[in-house]
Amino acid sequence: MTATATAPAPSTRHQIFSFTRVTAIASNTLLELVRLKVFYFLLIFGFIVIGISFFTSKMTFQEQHQALKSASLGAMSIFTWLLAVLATAMLLPKDIEDRTLYTILAKPVPRFEYLLGKFVGVLLLLFIALSLMSMLFLAVLYFAEQGAIEQTIRTTPPQDLPAALDQVHRSTFNSDLLPGIVVIYFKSALCAALTLLISTFASSSIFTVIVSVIAALIGHIQPIAREAYLSSGNAGPLAKAFFALVALAMPDLRALDLADDVIAGNVIPMLLFLKTIGLGSTYIGVYFLVGYFMFAGKEL
Amino acid sequence: MIIAFLMLLVFGAVRMRFEADLEAERKALYFHGAKFNLSLEERIGQMAFVAALSGFRGPIADGLWIYAHVLWEDVQWGRMKVAMDGATELQPRCIVFWENAGWHMAYNASVAAMEDKTQPRLALRVKAQHEYWRMGEDYFLRGIQNNPDSATLYTRLGSFYKEKLEDHAKAAWAYGEGAKLPNAPVFLHRFAAYQIAKIPGREREAYDLLKQYYLNGEDEQLPTLLTELGKLQEKLKIPPEQKIAIPSAPHP
Repeated sequence: MTATATAPAPSTRHQIFSFTRVTAIASNTLLELVRLKVFYFLLIFGFIVIGISFFTSKMTFQEQHQALKSASLGAMSIFTWLLAVLATAMLLPKDIEDRTLYTILAKPVPRFEYLLGKFVGVLLLLFIALSLMSMLFLAVLYFAEQGAIEQTIRTTPPQDLPAALDQVHRSTFNSDLLPGIVVIYFKSALCAALTLLISTFASSSIFTVIVSVIAALIGHIQPIAREAYLSSGNAGPLAKAFFALVALAMPDLRALDLADDVIAGNVIPMLLFLKTIGLGSTYIGVYFLVGYFMFAGKEL
Repeated sequence: MIIAFLMLLVFGAVRMRFEADLEAERKALYFHGAKFNLSLEERIGQMAFVAALSGFRGPIADGLWIYAHVLWEDVQWGRMKVAMDGATELQPRCIVFWENAGWHMAYNASVAAMEDKTQPRLALRVKAQHEYWRMGEDYFLRGIQNNPDSATLYTRLGSFYKEKLEDHAKAAWAYGEGAKLPNAPVFLHRFAAYQIAKIPGREREAYDLLKQYYLNGEDEQLPTLLTELGKLQEKLKIPPEQKIAIPSAPHP
């Protein structure tokens, strides 16, 4: 007697969008990037942060903390920007060169998921890098504050002590440091999205890096140049058309420039912060979608 | 490719209005106040200028400030001023820069000019001292222009007028303006009144103010206020029944 009953066939229905597939690609991308030992730059960051706190030790504590915050947030901006551009620029060319791209896309993985997974991997890398830098920076700032507090207690008459300690505290930790760091993250994520968009039509990693760096510089300079030139009254119709075209096509990265104001000790209103984050997210979303549009039509 | 470019243009058109509103909002808060022009480029050098334009305004400004500090240690006032000008122009919202730049010029450089042993002529030393005072005042005033919400800069300006120029009217104005701000130190309104008391013809105004502060309670009844009030009562010949009884200072 033979068993004729057959087992039910496993469900092979293909999902249009799978979060699991995106997560798998993102985690692999992150792992690949981590294996490239990109976090070695943290050593340089550490040298900068610790070095600046020693170098400025002769200054008043306000100047010292100001320089520490400025150098740290500035270094965070530079490193996350470089990391975003360099890590994203090599994603697609490397996968094409290793032929991994063909292996993945030969499976039922839509190009959208592939690109999203790659992008999320870079975003995770940026998040980890910025978190590590922030921890290091806040630790050094904490020790600098403790040093200033000890000195203030030693040198200030008791009746003036509360005001003096408040001054020390205000010169180190303020509630706007966190929004400043968050904006740095969004700005670097925007640069990553822009680089991803460029890499979808670029012929090589070097081309992508160069164009992305130039685009970021233009993104910073063009609003200032436009304002200065148009307010001078010398702008003819051709110049106006040129500026309009550049303004429409290139991102306005000055719109995401809050770190400098945080360094200066300005209070960032919550609504302004949320608007800035909202603008950054929209940029990231649009650049990613345009990048996908390019990648979807790309002949591989 | 063309469609992608058109998509970017459409996005640009949509976001432009929002970005313009956001920038206006920041300008209203005195953010993004750095003015990039040729004189700034001359001061800070081309590479630093390009770096500042490329979004690294803060770190460049602080680099210049550290450089100014080194020049201060080397007693090079002229070059120090150029570096401080660059730092303050790049970070006009940084109170510490304006405050210290003004202090270096109005206090340190002016004293050094008066004690300059290489200049035997007193008239020229005095002239140099006045030049540095003017530079210090200029820093405080430009700082206030960029940070009208800063009581610290008004306080420093008031102290400068009081201690260096001995212009009590200007000092009273600076302290008074600072006292109007929400973050003003608790003593600033009294400082303004003390300065008014020193202006000939405005003693009555000062007396009324100090009396009002005295009546506010014990927190305001401080030794300087009591002394000034006592002097004004004598000077204005306040009738005994209207006089405030000033307790004599306890002997140590």
